[in-house]
Amino acid sequence: MDIVIAQFSNTVTVILMVLGLYVVLARGNLIKKLIGLSIFQTSVYLLYVGPGKIIGGTAPIIAEGFDVYSNPLPHVLMLTAIVVGVATLALGLAITVRIHEAYGTIEEDEILKKDGDA
Amino acid sequence: MTLQHLPALQVVVPLLAAPLCALLRRPTLAWAWATLVSWAALVIAALILTQVLTTGPISYWIGNWQPPWGIEYRIDTISAFMLVLVTGIGAVVMPYARVSLAAELPADRLPWYYTMYLLCLAGLLGMTVTGDAFNVFVFMEIASLSSYVLIAMGPSRRALMAAYQYLILGTIGATFYIIGVGFLYLMTGTLNIADLAERLPLVENQRPIIVGLAFIAVGLSLKFALFPLHFWLPGAYAYAPSAAAAFMAATATKVAVYLLLRFFFTVFGEAYPLPDMAIPVIWIGLSVAGMILASVMAIYQDDVKRMLALSSVAQIGYITLGIGLDSEVGLTGSVVHLFNHGITKGALFLLVGGIALTTGTVTIASLSGIARRMPLTMAGIVIAGMSLIGIPGTAGFVSKWYLILGAIEEGWWWLAAVIVASSLLAVVYMGRILEAAYLRPAPPGQEAREMPLSMLIPAWILVIGCVWFGLDTDLTADIAGRAAHALLGRAP
Amino acid sequence: MHRESIPRVVTKLLFPFLLLFALYVQFHGELGAGGGFQAGVIVAATLILFGLIFGLRAAHLVAPPWIIETMIPLGVLIYGGVGVAGLLAGGNFLDYFVLDHDPVHGQERGIFWVEAGVLITVSSTMVAIYYAFAGRGR
Repeated sequence: MDIVIAQFSNTVTVILMVLGLYVVLARGNLIKKLIGLSIFQTSVYLLYVGPGKIIGGTAPIIAEGFDVYSNPLPHVLMLTAIVVGVATLALGLAITVRIHEAYGTIEEDEILKKDGDA
Repeated sequence: MTLQHLPALQVVVPLLAAPLCALLRRPTLAWAWATLVSWAALVIAALILTQVLTTGPISYWIGNWQPPWGIEYRIDTISAFMLVLVTGIGAVVMPYARVSLAAELPADRLPWYYTMYLLCLAGLLGMTVTGDAFNVFVFMEIASLSSYVLIAMGPSRRALMAAYQYLILGTIGATFYIIGVGFLYLMTGTLNIADLAERLPLVENQRPIIVGLAFIAVGLSLKFALFPLHFWLPGAYAYAPSAAAAFMAATATKVAVYLLLRFFFTVFGEAYPLPDMAIPVIWIGLSVAGMILASVMAIYQDDVKRMLALSSVAQIGYITLGIGLDSEVGLTGSVVHLFNHGITKGALFLLVGGIALTTGTVTIASLSGIARRMPLTMAGIVIAGMSLIGIPGTAGFVSKWYLILGAIEEGWWWLAAVIVASSLLAVVYMGRILEAAYLRPAPPGQEAREMPLSMLIPAWILVIGCVWFGLDTDLTADIAGRAAHALLGRAP
Repeated sequence: MHRESIPRVVTKLLFPFLLLFALYVQFHGELGAGGGFQAGVIVAATLILFGLIFGLRAAHLVAPPWIIETMIPLGVLIYGGVGVAGLLAGGNFLDYFVLDHDPVHGQERGIFWVEAGVLITVSSTMVAIYYAFAGRGR
């Protein structure tokens, strides 16, 4: 239990990561899969940003009276990753809309049945 | 002055050409523009390769920020070699694309196709030139997102499902990669690949580093469809438009393999030799499983494009096998096979795409007697198929020769036997195509005609390449040998 | 008399102020929190709010789809153009230092145009996604 409290941010990261991945693999609904994928990607933001913050640290601008700074680089990296995540989600949803138009369903097993693969 | 900026131009030219292409809106104009840019990229890549071969690795500081703080573009022998492969395939596929795509896609989507193709090209080139581990991720996603769109544009509705599955698995792969890089960054505080290599040995707590390596290896393996992680690949390549399938089959997985080489050898090579991590055992096991099982699955396919895609999974097995051997000969085999399999599979997909133009989907049954109608196309498939099998005198033979030599060098005769056995399986599935095309009678009323010259010539350029690089190994094997030597960083 | 007259009136009142706020966030980006991404999203949110309240057709009149589709590549070109300008001015790609008579001014000028490109592409991409989804299924 101590380690969970000491590593709170990392614990949450791991829980989100596994949860997201589980949803992607276990659900047959295409939208739910995308939700899982988003949760999975969100865990990565936490993985980077959590350790980048130093308690009591400020933004890295040199100023009188501050000598502890947080690392800004993880935030910049994750800003990029968030944009990538949004783009992926938008594309995934767009493809899901097209799939719905083509098949009339967004359940994976029904789609495979309609194509005669299952 | 311009020579010095070549590494940036290599990525920037296609990257900025893509939005311009979107503004053009006319299919023919957009095609002409994308073709021009593809050839310009090939010229740049050729210039870079000659520069690297004469003066050694090039380093370019983006925005003039000094590495390791700024992003560095770093090109050595193997990355220059990959640039030539990617741009070369792009330059050959583009002239082919116009007629092929006009038949498969509605006219209003064509400019978007070329835009996405240019973005994909820029992403793949960016992954190759950059020397920054996070920048790799950004370019990887540029290439992946655009290739999901390219696949979703495929003519049948199955293309949508294939694109969706690739999107899910591709994103998981890229996210695994970024988790791995995150671990390395947390432990070393740097993202520059060269700087990572220097700092990794100095880290005290080794466990996160190993975990990071595992995440990176699994993520990239998903991207290049190492055997048990290959489920997205057959659908993606089978239902994408023919030109897109040929381009991606020849380049996308290869660039991911290149990144794996980068991490295994450049970043981890010195501090963590692969045998210490038990990686060769796992790697060779998966490679052998892929070579045999994917080939067997290919034999039972009726859809020819699916068959070729599964054969790609098997061929990826050869490439990873060379990595697992962890010797200079084996690695040379891997790097040569990256190139040779790229042109071989590119040629096959282009030729089968030509058949698809007249027959729709290409199944074994629809190939009956087609050799009489399309003699040049089928002759090309015969030659490229021989290269896929690895018959002496073709490109495929050269790389398999190196792999067998590498296996024997380690004293693993059984492995050499497995390589030969897997090649025999390739004989079986290629044989099914040839048997149908040459020996079966054509069904009455078959209307297949030879594909137009604008498609036939690009396909045959790659077919001739298969023979050329089988006879003249100076360019490929020589450069690959130098690249392998540099990657291993060991004394000769 | 529409049933939803309150949202309509509020939207019309808020519309200019939302855009003004977007511009504030845009030009404040160099000095504090803000910048092209955030401003672009605010612009897009304004247009999407307008579309939700007054309907897709009215939104198409305010921001015609062809303009939106032109803005997406245009912003990327502006961003890339800054990089190429650095090349032409004798520096490396995306080198801001050489864009003006001294490096500090060069940085400022480079960032200004990059942010402008980001604003254009982000706002138009968001609106384009909204148009694409809202225009379906009817």
